[in-house]
Amino acid sequence: MIRFFVRLFLLSLSIAIALPAMAQSDFEEVLSRNSKLIQKSSSKTVGPVLEELQNFGSNAAENFLYNWKDKALYFIKDTGQFVYVASFPVSADGKKSAVLRHVETGEALGEVLASTIKQVKPNSGVRAKIAAAMVPFQLASDDAELRAASLAALSRDFQSSHLLPLKKAIEVETLPDLKEQMKRAYIFGVIGYGRDNAEIETAIYSLEGDLSLDVRAALNPLLVSQVLVAKQLPEDVNLARIIIPEKTIKHDDGSAGRQSLMMSSEYELSLAASYDLMAAAGLAPPFITPDMRNKILIAATVDGRIAGIPVASLASEESRNQAYQALVDNGTAPPMVGEAERQKAVASAVFYAVYDNPSAEVTGAARTVLKSINVRVGIYKFLDLVLDGLSLASIYFLAAIGLAITFGVMRVINMAHGEFIMMGAYTGYVIQLFIPNYTLSIIVALPAAFIITFLAGVVMERLVIRHLYKRPLETLLATFGISIALQQIAKNIFGTQARPLTSPAWLDGAFVVNDILSISNIRIAIFCLGLLFLGLLVFVMKRTRFGLDTRAVTQNPAMAASMGINPDRINMLTFGFGSGIAGIAGVAIGLFSKVTSELGSDYIVQSFMTVVVGGVGNIWGTLAGAAMIGSLQKGIEWFNPSNTLAAQTYMIIFIILFIQFRPRGIIALKGRAAEE
Amino acid sequence: MRKVLLASAMMCAVASQAVADIKVGVLHSLSGTMAISETTLKDTMLMLIEEQNAKGGLLGEKIEAVVVDPASNWPLFAEKGRELLSVHDVDVIFGNWTSVSRKSVLPVIEELNGLLFYPVQYEGEESSKNVFYTGAAPNQQAIPATDYFLEELGVEKFALLGTDYVYPRTTNKILEQYLKDNGIAASDIFVNYTPFGHSDWSKIVADVVALGADGKKVGVISTINGDANIGFYKELAAAGISADDIPVVAFSVGEEELSGLDTSNLVGHLAAWNYFQSAESDANSAFISAWKAKMGDERVTNDPMEAHYIGFNMWVEAVTKAGTTDVDKVRDAMYGLTFPNLTGGIAEMLPNHHLSKPVLIGEIQADGQFDIISKTTEVPGDAWTDFLAESKVLVSDWKDLKCGMYNTETKSCVQIKSIY
Amino acid sequence: MERTIFTKFLFRNPSILIFLGVLSVVCIAVTILGEGFGIGIISTSFIKTLGKTLCLCMIAIAMDLVWGFCGILSLGHFAFFGLGGYMIGMWLMFARTKMIVMQASVNAALPLTPAEISDAVGIQIFGVVGGSDIPVIWSFADMFWAQIALVVLVPGLVAFVFGWLAFRSRVNGVYLSILTQAMTLALSLYLFQNDSGLRGNNGLSGLQNIPGLDDVPQSLLSISFFLASAFALAVVYIIATAVTKSKLGNIIEGIRDNEARVRFLGYNVESYKLFIFVMTAIIAAVAGALYYPQAGIINPAELAPIASIYLAVWVAIGGRGRVYGAVIGAAFVSLLSSYFTGGQAPDIPLGFGTIRWTEWWLVLLGFSFVLVTLYAPKGIGGLVDRLPRLGGR
Repeated sequence: MIRFFVRLFLLSLSIAIALPAMAQSDFEEVLSRNSKLIQKSSSKTVGPVLEELQNFGSNAAENFLYNWKDKALYFIKDTGQFVYVASFPVSADGKKSAVLRHVETGEALGEVLASTIKQVKPNSGVRAKIAAAMVPFQLASDDAELRAASLAALSRDFQSSHLLPLKKAIEVETLPDLKEQMKRAYIFGVIGYGRDNAEIETAIYSLEGDLSLDVRAALNPLLVSQVLVAKQLPEDVNLARIIIPEKTIKHDDGSAGRQSLMMSSEYELSLAASYDLMAAAGLAPPFITPDMRNKILIAATVDGRIAGIPVASLASEESRNQAYQALVDNGTAPPMVGEAERQKAVASAVFYAVYDNPSAEVTGAARTVLKSINVRVGIYKFLDLVLDGLSLASIYFLAAIGLAITFGVMRVINMAHGEFIMMGAYTGYVIQLFIPNYTLSIIVALPAAFIITFLAGVVMERLVIRHLYKRPLETLLATFGISIALQQIAKNIFGTQARPLTSPAWLDGAFVVNDILSISNIRIAIFCLGLLFLGLLVFVMKRTRFGLDTRAVTQNPAMAASMGINPDRINMLTFGFGSGIAGIAGVAIGLFSKVTSELGSDYIVQSFMTVVVGGVGNIWGTLAGAAMIGSLQKGIEWFNPSNTLAAQTYMIIFIILFIQFRPRGIIALKGRAAEE
Repeated sequence: MRKVLLASAMMCAVASQAVADIKVGVLHSLSGTMAISETTLKDTMLMLIEEQNAKGGLLGEKIEAVVVDPASNWPLFAEKGRELLSVHDVDVIFGNWTSVSRKSVLPVIEELNGLLFYPVQYEGEESSKNVFYTGAAPNQQAIPATDYFLEELGVEKFALLGTDYVYPRTTNKILEQYLKDNGIAASDIFVNYTPFGHSDWSKIVADVVALGADGKKVGVISTINGDANIGFYKELAAAGISADDIPVVAFSVGEEELSGLDTSNLVGHLAAWNYFQSAESDANSAFISAWKAKMGDERVTNDPMEAHYIGFNMWVEAVTKAGTTDVDKVRDAMYGLTFPNLTGGIAEMLPNHHLSKPVLIGEIQADGQFDIISKTTEVPGDAWTDFLAESKVLVSDWKDLKCGMYNTETKSCVQIKSIY
Repeated sequence: MERTIFTKFLFRNPSILIFLGVLSVVCIAVTILGEGFGIGIISTSFIKTLGKTLCLCMIAIAMDLVWGFCGILSLGHFAFFGLGGYMIGMWLMFARTKMIVMQASVNAALPLTPAEISDAVGIQIFGVVGGSDIPVIWSFADMFWAQIALVVLVPGLVAFVFGWLAFRSRVNGVYLSILTQAMTLALSLYLFQNDSGLRGNNGLSGLQNIPGLDDVPQSLLSISFFLASAFALAVVYIIATAVTKSKLGNIIEGIRDNEARVRFLGYNVESYKLFIFVMTAIIAAVAGALYYPQAGIINPAELAPIASIYLAVWVAIGGRGRVYGAVIGAAFVSLLSSYFTGGQAPDIPLGFGTIRWTEWWLVLLGFSFVLVTLYAPKGIGGLVDRLPRLGGR
């Protein structure tokens, strides 16, 4: 053991002494000259280093860039020398050491204690820069994966120096897919860095009808404009729009428009802003704001008086203006610009915006193409909203469907319904602890959650609810008690942290139609699960003996009993069935959000409203209720995107009003079943 | 009813007479929504007190922890705070997480001249005589992280996403002004607030992605709190947003929050704190192993825990220096005290009741830990931000000026007690 | 003449006498034992707890009237309680902040204009939530009496509009419960928004500091509020008993037992229900206005639907359909809650682990609700009924 240490020590010593003594190669010289910039890199200062390495052009330099980007580069703390690490062996007593390799030659440099070297950690800005620097190397690479990677780097940070290598790469590319992508990247390159306006125009038109985000990202910068003011409109500019203060609004493509009732966009220039523009351009004297006035007044205070007026009397705007006027009369302050003068000055000038891009052909082409794209973007945005609404509706439906049975069919107010959902989610979590395969664990978790919550439901029905069928309001209280007890028990067992319930890999990701319309797979799965449940429930209630019995017992227990049905048993099973479904819903909801002890209480009020709005006693009603609540909430969010809470508030208020007009819900039961 | 009242009264009376030892109040929620974060801090305090007692206590006496549960109920913080100070006669309180709860307990602490150590990053714009802020002020977390976005990542368009409460609101207000000062147009700043525990993120994530339509690089600054992060990050991952395209920097996501998540899809997203568990120092390894030995191997450490670690040790030092637990004397002894922080530097208590701390930016790794890619030198905490017109003129100095809200323009103290 | 009626009324309802007696004994005892005027055995924080408990008893009586007597299980009365608190809180906050601004303005270079004063107040109050303008709804916050009137008017109006809509379309039973729950959820969500102008999640804080009474110690303020709450509770108790013993009381009990029959007898059921609903909302609001200056802070979480459910549970445990039942339930459960969550209850060490009351109290509470509903549907008040002399009816 000791011998090992002595060896290690000698070894590290020998490296430390020996290395600097060796003659430096050119490459090493470049590195040691830039060592500070590489060790603690910043995307602001890394440029020259990269350029130098790029120009160096050797395999070693390419390799160096690659390792640097992948955080596989280290340096020796004492000498600053850069090294690669082949492995990190751990000795028997837990000391970690590192086997070093030379950055240029790759030869072994021996073993040192891991604590004597330090990892170089480029931040993601630097990594993007490195990736961009590697593009010319990689585009010409034989490895298709590397070429694809370089294309990705290129699309993030296109530099004018990439244009030529890209053009060459397109010519020799053999894979059709990759070639297409390269051509596309080249089009963006031309739009961004091309010199020939005609070529740019063709490139722009070739993008017509393409909905992807990068197309808009390439075209929109062409339409950036600057607001200017002049006495008269100049002629030789690429005019974007003429602005009428407090009247016109700005469109995305740089043109001007009128305010419309549908869109709540504000006019582009206010009177004050217009005047400030004029003042900045030297077309008018500056406007004295109250703030500036007060500063001048304070500066002019002498012995508690301003121009003879006592400061203590200046507790109103008028008196301050008078005092200021006194200063103006003294000639110690610039005159104030009145409101009328300001309006007059603004009316006398022309406000307009000019495109940064001087070519009217290019901006015109961009406008035309963007216009057609934006119309379609609008349609897809609406479709996306519909999809969002559907997805939210399916989540609400899933959360409420168990309740549709226990409350809707049996009329039991089960406030612990949310806790059954929570139990289902925790079941999923516990099963994932034992079955590490996510797909398998979900397959096991779904029936397990059903069984556990089914049993919990049956126990609860036997012990508590059975005694309270005649007193519905008291069921509410008793189940509420169970709800807080269950919540706290979950907290005591699983702790207060949110627990992970990880979806299998095939549920990760999203179903993407284009850059606007997409939906995550897990939401699709929830939607399908909702449909499945709906089908199952309708089938069970309408087509099976159990469903028939349930309906008979809820409508008239005495009559049902005399027909040979055991109401006790049916009630128990129905309640268990509803609870079990809540358990499965819990697994799904846990997959898409989180598993905490408060998971259930997040959904309980919404679930009750879903059932009530839809119409109690009818599964289709619950579906309609969920659809209405989900789409409504998304619809309100559409109008007020920055405030989700407001959407929820207005949705609930809408529901309250809705129930005033349809107290029995969307799909109301008729006849005797409707009477309580 | 009378019997109950009398019995309770007797009980209180008994409790208030039994004074012994040095008492440390722990005012963290052990139930309710905030228990997720705060229980950890309670356990941290118990561990620190245990360690101190093992070292022989303080001033020759044992330290006794008085733990109460304000149950994530903000008014209850005021009630329990009063109970700690007047019934249990604690010498110091370590507690609170949310700003609301701090604002709730603040009047009580100031009225009864207690001492509170507040360990969580917060929005600033406050400086109470009776509170030591051991978490980060905006200039120790939000501003450096924004600088990182602007300078290193070249972000030109910002989405400020937050949970709808004080900390995000105030922080975003400061950041908006800061970004405008740095030449970002108002139209390039997208602000969105969601309720606590929000889970439906698809539309918001889609909106953020759509921000990139004008060709500018988009970055997300997230002040999303607690559980809501889980849904947010899941949706981000599902939308396939890589940190290279749209980086997200979070101010409320630490190791603890990530432990509820599969982070393999989040690799590369960022968080800014004054401490990460992955920081390499001997003190940190010792702290982590003590924590794991007490709480279990799967538990992680995080930034507010370090804040309590520094706060408690500084308080112990101040009490030793003052030779008493008297609040006024301890407070005076606190100024200028230094204590090595866990990331390898030195934390100093400033006269404005804030610490000087380094700012760390870390990238999320697949194992739920952070890879520290940027670390500044110690930044002194600033109670009143320099980026809002109304706060720019204010400074806090309890040592010489004896004022937490001193107007440097009029050279006068605006008010001694805090805004609640 | 009036006096004799009142005396007769008192003697016909011995429960009032007993209640007033017990209440005054408690008041005297607390005053003597408390810190403000007395010998200081009871701490200020406990007096605040007691004062708040009295306010909770008040809203419990309101709940009992609307549920126990009229049969409307409202899961929204805490919303009115909270609204009352918000209304008084606006004045407390505004007036105190204005005083601070005025004090600070002594040093200003120019005397403040009214607009500047309101700006400064706005920044102080709303700076925390990223705003600075004073919203329109704070128009009356500067006027004490106007804001006091709003304590009654705003919740009263909300209750009136909601009740009128709901009762008119004959929403009842469980549906009404869920609807009231939706109402309080909507209100709390609305208040959670910062744009609502009431400081969002932060709510209104620092309410225990009464403007102009900065020098009065909290020990005095707390006992004063305690006594005020006791007085209000006594008044509410008498009113509630009077209502239940009157003809009106008979009608609303009739509505509870069989609404259709009462309607066929020619009574306008909706009006009676609306009257009780609005009246109890106002009682709840007054209770809230007394409660929150003692709590020190009000925020939207106070209005969360769960609070109203707890209220129903108190009344159920205390025994509904009896005014004293509500009082007993509220006092008993809320005091017990504060005892167990305060960490004062000794832990019970078992062989394999320790039962910590902070962790297990809610479990115990939850299961006791179940037991009470199952086995003692008349609550604790039901036990009192068995003692014939105290029965009161």
